[in-house]
Amino acid sequence: MSGLPQIIVSGILTGGIYGLLAMGLSLQYGVARVLNIAHGEFVMLGALLTYTLYTGWGINPLVVAAIIGPLLFGLGFLLQITLFRGLKARAPVPAAFEGNALLAAFGVLYIISYIGLIRWGGVPRTAYYLNYVVEFAGMSFRLNRIVAFAVSIAIGVAIYLFLTRSRLGRAIRATAEDPATAGLMGVNTNILLALCFGLGALLAGIAGSLTAMMTAVASGIGFGNTVIALIVVVLGGLGSVPGSFIAGIIIGIVASLVASLWQPILVVPVYYGILLVLLLARPTGLLGKK
Amino acid sequence: MDITRFISTHRKLLLVGLPLLIILVFLTTIPLYGGVYWIRLLTVILMYVVLAASWAMFSGSTGYMSLAPAAFFGTGMYTMALLQDYLPFPVIIVVGGLVSFILALLVGLITLRLRGMYFAIFTFGLVVFMSEVTSYAEGVILKSRGQHIIPIDNATIFYAMLIITVVTLLAIYFIRRSRLGLSMLSIGGNEDAAEHMGIDTTRTKVLTFAISAIFMGAAGVITAPRLIYINADIAFSLTYSFMPILMSIFGGMGQFYGPIVGAIVFGYLEKTLRAQFSTYFMLGFGIIMVMVILFLPNGIAGLVSMLQDKIAKLRKGDEAEQHANT
Repeated sequence: MSGLPQIIVSGILTGGIYGLLAMGLSLQYGVARVLNIAHGEFVMLGALLTYTLYTGWGINPLVVAAIIGPLLFGLGFLLQITLFRGLKARAPVPAAFEGNALLAAFGVLYIISYIGLIRWGGVPRTAYYLNYVVEFAGMSFRLNRIVAFAVSIAIGVAIYLFLTRSRLGRAIRATAEDPATAGLMGVNTNILLALCFGLGALLAGIAGSLTAMMTAVASGIGFGNTVIALIVVVLGGLGSVPGSFIAGIIIGIVASLVASLWQPILVVPVYYGILLVLLLARPTGLLGKK
Repeated sequence: MDITRFISTHRKLLLVGLPLLIILVFLTTIPLYGGVYWIRLLTVILMYVVLAASWAMFSGSTGYMSLAPAAFFGTGMYTMALLQDYLPFPVIIVVGGLVSFILALLVGLITLRLRGMYFAIFTFGLVVFMSEVTSYAEGVILKSRGQHIIPIDNATIFYAMLIITVVTLLAIYFIRRSRLGLSMLSIGGNEDAAEHMGIDTTRTKVLTFAISAIFMGAAGVITAPRLIYINADIAFSLTYSFMPILMSIFGGMGQFYGPIVGAIVFGYLEKTLRAQFSTYFMLGFGIIMVMVILFLPNGIAGLVSMLQDKIAKLRKGDEAEQHANT
């Protein structure tokens, strides 16, 4: 039986990846208004591509993450430019677009998850990397989890700085706030939305690569990851980068506590309990606006 | 009684009613001469008709995307599993519908007060939640994994499903024409405007969502004995959520018959193709879904009414030409 500090720190480490996952979804929904329920499928794609490139070609998973990120960015960019932009052009009202986009994302979910199943089959694959135990202050962790956490936080900080400090980041926030006015101010909203969607896919892909380093992955992991990302986004508030990470870490700690002190099968029900209370008490999330 | 006059005055009624009557007679008599394969195929198709039509009744008209049909369907299945030793089959069907109704009422009261995507988010995971809680409860309370259902003969299951289908379609037909149906449509059009017109939007949404769950739950009760054995993964399979949505979109949600057409087409395809080309079938399912939403946002029904408009225009053009000539 491991001690309480160990369980909590372990939850924080997991939470970093949850934050990364949620940040991607938050960008896609917060700016492009697409509730991308295929988000987890991008995680699956990232994870299994990492498996293939690492075990098949011997490329270092951290390098693989740097390859997969841009690859999935391209995929997300194309999806927004073709599918979602087309839907937006045809939708009579914004609410109709959100509904249709959700349903289209469904189709994408099916396409990616079954391509994954056809290519990799349903069996779990392992591509452990840096899988040795490190002792720290009386607690022991596997190194890959610490590295994954560090990478997640680094990317989170980078995205935060990008959104708050750069010109492009300001344009993105302006578009999230009011697309029409941002368009009038000379922002090319079409490209910008595609950029955000691509960025979301990139973050999901990297989260997948990091997941593949430390756990077994299979073509069916997408759905569970989407559920986690959605809950973290609701908890953290849409469009808030720090909110995503704080909520990710909270959910990570809760998951870790429930799984080790109670029953692993009850993790999802507990997530729902949290979501339920949250929707009743504070529907805009911890750090959300409005 | 003058028959030609009767036909000309009630033309529309006959045009719709007669084929319906023929289909109904065909369906009620099929167990007498059809093989087991046909009975089972039609049972599956009818099940999807119920799921798709009741999904489209709520989500199609209000625009609130429910991803939870499987939660209510599975609830129905487990109602059957738990009550089969105590109550007769028809009573369980009603109870299953009521249990789903109450569950949907609770979900609706929590989430439908909120606008936008929270409802979709919540219902998306509800299925997983139900599945995990059920399998945990099964392990702890019943100390079993899965439930065996006492088999019932195919014809009985078929007739039960047929009755539920007819009840569902009649109910939806009348709801669509009622005040409630119009309120739903105006919520889908513009919720703020609907509220200003004096529609109690929350009440409408919660009530219609819960009504749609009754039919899904009842269909679940009837499906359980067809499967003989169920567990949480089977009962709360996401396919039962996703298939009705695809069927409704494919058929078109704007018209009453749209989801029915979609359910017949995909129910048939699923039963015949899925066994052989499982993964490729589902891949094609995704591709069709994206294509339909992109190019046929109103589905087959939308295509049909577009063609009708075109034909009507052509006819008008002809008439105008004839007038010009004379």
